[in-house]
Amino acid sequence: MADTLPLPLGERLRLHGLPVASMVLLVLLLWYGGTWLLNAPGAIERVLRDQPWGWQDLFTATMAMERPVLPAPHQVAADFWSSLVDWPLDSPRNLLFHVAVTAESTLWGFVLGSLLGLLLAVCIVHSRTLDRALLPWIVASQSVPVLAIAPIVLVILGSLGFAGVAPKAVIAMYLCFFPVTVAMVQGLRSPLRIETEMLHTYAASRWQALWLLRLPASLPFLFPALRVGIAAGLVGAMVAELPTGAQAGLGARLLTGSYYGNTVQIWSALLMSALLGLVLTSVVAALEHLALRQRRQA
Amino acid sequence: MTTQVKSAVAMVGAALLGALLLVQLPAAQGAAPPTPLFWLATSAQALLAVQSVRSLAAFNRPRWMGTLTAALFGLWLLYFWQLQVVAFQVPRVLLPPPVMILQSMLEHWPTLWRDFTQTVLKAVVLGWVLGSALGFGVALAIDRQPFLQRGLLPLASLTSTIPLVAVAPIAVMWFGFEWPSKAAVVVLMTFFPMLVSTLAGLQASGKLERELMHSYAATYGGTLLALRLPVALPFMFGALKINASLALIGAIVAEFFGSPTSGLGFRISTEASRMNMPLVWGAIVVAAVTGSLAYTLLLRLERRFAFWHPSVREAVGT
Repeated sequence: MADTLPLPLGERLRLHGLPVASMVLLVLLLWYGGTWLLNAPGAIERVLRDQPWGWQDLFTATMAMERPVLPAPHQVAADFWSSLVDWPLDSPRNLLFHVAVTAESTLWGFVLGSLLGLLLAVCIVHSRTLDRALLPWIVASQSVPVLAIAPIVLVILGSLGFAGVAPKAVIAMYLCFFPVTVAMVQGLRSPLRIETEMLHTYAASRWQALWLLRLPASLPFLFPALRVGIAAGLVGAMVAELPTGAQAGLGARLLTGSYYGNTVQIWSALLMSALLGLVLTSVVAALEHLALRQRRQA
Repeated sequence: MTTQVKSAVAMVGAALLGALLLVQLPAAQGAAPPTPLFWLATSAQALLAVQSVRSLAAFNRPRWMGTLTAALFGLWLLYFWQLQVVAFQVPRVLLPPPVMILQSMLEHWPTLWRDFTQTVLKAVVLGWVLGSALGFGVALAIDRQPFLQRGLLPLASLTSTIPLVAVAPIAVMWFGFEWPSKAAVVVLMTFFPMLVSTLAGLQASGKLERELMHSYAATYGGTLLALRLPVALPFMFGALKINASLALIGAIVAEFFGSPTSGLGFRISTEASRMNMPLVWGAIVVAAVTGSLAYTLLLRLERRFAFWHPSVREAVGT
């Protein structure tokens, strides 16, 4: 974005804010329409059975169902808000409690996975054998539905005596490391031949070349991979919560909601997981901004 | 044959022969506890294996040498997995040896085939085609509407940070336990990547080429067909490849939330709770092979239809 001047605020709002806002409005309208349509049969059967009713009655009934097929946005918002405010932080009825559980395993998995991915990439770049023998398997394993392995990892780690965060973090790690490895192999190889040769003329060792040239050059490749990785890690952590007996975490909240047919709870957990995903990726994006700021100025 | 080829063939041959001899030891068959001799032999064999892979990795051409190297590496991984698991008598709940997984797969082949048709042929394929087609169609439809594009694109790219699989319980509630609910999850997961990539691809043609088309008095449709869609192809193939693995994940995870008594996700979760790990691994192998085959197929198609793109030309090595 270096070549375009920043637009004034009003102009930016007109160009980007207005279309996005109208799209959000459209989605909300469609949602309300869907609520009305999908809940109408249930409402007619359960609420409006014994009385004459007009369309206004039907509308208000569909908007305030006990167990709606599709809850209205304001119902989800109300449930979301009450789960944040009405319960203490350590209560399992508070969504933030579940967010903390899921975020913990996601972050552990993300950190471990990124380190593993980095390490693998460094090894692959420096060893021809690993490059030819291991990299194809890593690329191929990206096409494998990794989440299918989740139950197995849980069983294995569970019988080894690991419980709690570790199994979930391992699954999140497993999903995180692929994008980092693949992007870092590309990034570590991105310096030009002239540059590597210049370091060679300085009699720089391989470590120095890695530290001074390859790693800095690979940063623009690393951060997009980290953003993908943390989003994938969140999915992994949530799915990992499903088979563990569903005690805590956003995934567990989804599962209990679907067991008891509590749709409003499912939707607010869904909203919360979307928010968590957004927050996590924006944190990584902010780090990227900080790390690459100096470079953009130069 | 050059000396390099000769020595590589000798190296691989020696390693394979050593591997055959090693499994004859009683410890390798689980009949005796591992002795120091077994340790020594295993270490020597590991060294041989590493050397054999290195000798193959030294070749630049022909191109299939790369595949061969990777295949040999995979073979050695399986071999040492089998060897160690049997020698140390690791409980099969933890890690069954590959041979046992294969046996279990052969034994339960009809079951696995039913799971495969249930999950892959119905939910995944249908959902993948529908979701990608919808994404493509919507992208084409809003291509001429900058207002809609500016509104939709930020929202659509936001969805990549959201765990969309989480709609699985809702889909199961709405569409029932059978495959349509899984296909619905797959449609939702594959829709957005295709939409975003197609839009990006349609914007990717250069100003010069567009102006050339304009000077030919080409219509909107003509420009689309002759210039912009071909330019968008690599982007679309990228999305299709991502979607293939997303679709498998979506269908399998959706089955964790409720399914009829067949399906890969159902098989994995039920057999895992019954501790029948070889069959769980078997189902995973089926899913993995399906994913890899889909990926390879799409890669072939991409090379055929987007042969002019730099990334493809580089990979083929011309």
